[in-house]
Amino acid sequence: MSSSDAYTASELLAVMSSRLLKDGQVVFAGVGIPLLAATLAQALHCPGLTILFEGGVIGPIIEPGKLPPSTNEQRCTKRANMVLGSTDVLLLLQRGYVDVGFMGGAQIDQYGNLNSSYIGDPSSPKARLPGTGGGNDISSLTQMIVAMKHEKRRFVESVDFVTSPGFLRGGTTRRDAGLPAGGMYRVVTDLGIFGFDDTTKRMKVVALHPGATLEKLRDNTAFELAVEADIAVTERPAARELDVLRKLDPARLYIA
Amino acid sequence: MEESYLELRRKLAERDRSLHEKVVSLEEAASLVKDGETVGIGGSTLSRTPMAMIFALIRAGRKRLSCARGIVSSEGDLLFASGVSDHIVTSWFSQGIVWGISKVMRHHVESRKARFDEWSHMAMGLRFRAGAMGLPFLPMRSMLGSDVLRERPEPREMACPFTGEKLLLVPALNPDVAIIHVQRCDAYGNAQIDGLQFMDIDLALAANRVILTTERIVSNDQIRRAPDQTKIPFFAVEAVVEVPFGCAPHECGGVYEPLFRHMDYYTSLVNTDPVSGMGEYLERYIYGPKSWIDYLELLGLADLLDAARRGRSIANE
Repeated sequence: MSSSDAYTASELLAVMSSRLLKDGQVVFAGVGIPLLAATLAQALHCPGLTILFEGGVIGPIIEPGKLPPSTNEQRCTKRANMVLGSTDVLLLLQRGYVDVGFMGGAQIDQYGNLNSSYIGDPSSPKARLPGTGGGNDISSLTQMIVAMKHEKRRFVESVDFVTSPGFLRGGTTRRDAGLPAGGMYRVVTDLGIFGFDDTTKRMKVVALHPGATLEKLRDNTAFELAVEADIAVTERPAARELDVLRKLDPARLYIA
Repeated sequence: MEESYLELRRKLAERDRSLHEKVVSLEEAASLVKDGETVGIGGSTLSRTPMAMIFALIRAGRKRLSCARGIVSSEGDLLFASGVSDHIVTSWFSQGIVWGISKVMRHHVESRKARFDEWSHMAMGLRFRAGAMGLPFLPMRSMLGSDVLRERPEPREMACPFTGEKLLLVPALNPDVAIIHVQRCDAYGNAQIDGLQFMDIDLALAANRVILTTERIVSNDQIRRAPDQTKIPFFAVEAVVEVPFGCAPHECGGVYEPLFRHMDYYTSLVNTDPVSGMGEYLERYIYGPKSWIDYLELLGLADLLDAARRGRSIANE
């Protein structure tokens, strides 16, 4: 894995999502791919990007090889500009200071709703999952980027449980529920990049990664993806993007 | 949990709020928590978890505690599996993202041996804040439209009387007791917290009483030299216990990081078999040791020193 010829699905996710971030943005990031992608963006094209962590951190500097195990440990505070209470950092979302919420996802549906609470019926679930954490707050209050593996069991027509709201049942249902701000912006997978239709709020294909095809997308998606006439093809991860990424995570905790 | 405002005030008024010494042993502190009480747990995930206090509550055989914490990690496994708690209120419950889903949590919740009430993280925070403010609720703009809200009978939606916008009202959480671990405090309970505070200040003021555990007890003079660093006032605190490495195997910011090797061992043991693995762990690490120091010896000096080296390095450039 030393040349840019080969890269893992996780590396592809991190690189592709880092390219969606813009300089100057304030990004509320989860650990794993989101944090790697935000740090990669800072190193390459977003020197003025600020990371926020749920534990209560504004603007930390992530050291290569010392990735925090969650957003609630001291490593998250390294050389930060400010440490505050977790309620207060979450309230920054509600006030409108945050441009992008950036999370991983276990299960997503055609309207961008995320489930991290239950598999099966909540009253007698096949599996109880860990729950929302700050995911519900982030996705309720700001524009979202979600990075996740593209698998049929993860891309479902309708999630078993709406933990973190996307566009709920599409159309104006999100706004009508009392969520006037934010919403899903992009979903980044190892096959492509997805957005949401302005009116119906259904997921649509924005770009395919090198080697991915619409057939492969359909085989790995349990609902019908909207496809527009002009679908872009992304540029493969560059050597310098992969170099930075591999220095950040030398133990390959998240990029393997 | 819905106590009347005057009842909440009465409970504070009854307590001795003078500047007096309140240092007790871990066992004495555990005896201050009664079966069936609601307990707010300080820290978050692997950080500043009052593990020594939880160790003592399990050994004292407490029952039916209803526990609340912003994010719950392996201490939640211990509380459920020991029978100390059958109800945890939180936003997220598993050992930590790197270890996947807690099989202990799954076993207890899926078999209905215990309840895990899920709220958004900000809702947990605002519930403690409402409690700290002496208000019955606070309004917020998340959880709306989600199934997290649909599963919860407690919150209410309302139209803002000024703007007409839809808002969610979440009820105050005023635990009977808060258990919080800090880097240092004096014998009166003036607590100084370094680094991440999480929801601990609100939790301390929301609770009817606070049991503090601390890495070290310092003099009141030292507290008075930097009163701006004091985050919990003495009059909120009922008892103070000095317990070095009181969060192990979790971390205490600036003092030690998590004992990752132990956490790897623990999670592989209990996630392989949440019943017998957990039983083995409880027997060996919680019921077996003669004392907290004895428990630390089991964790091992080499791992503790390594965690301390990593913990202190946070201020290094």
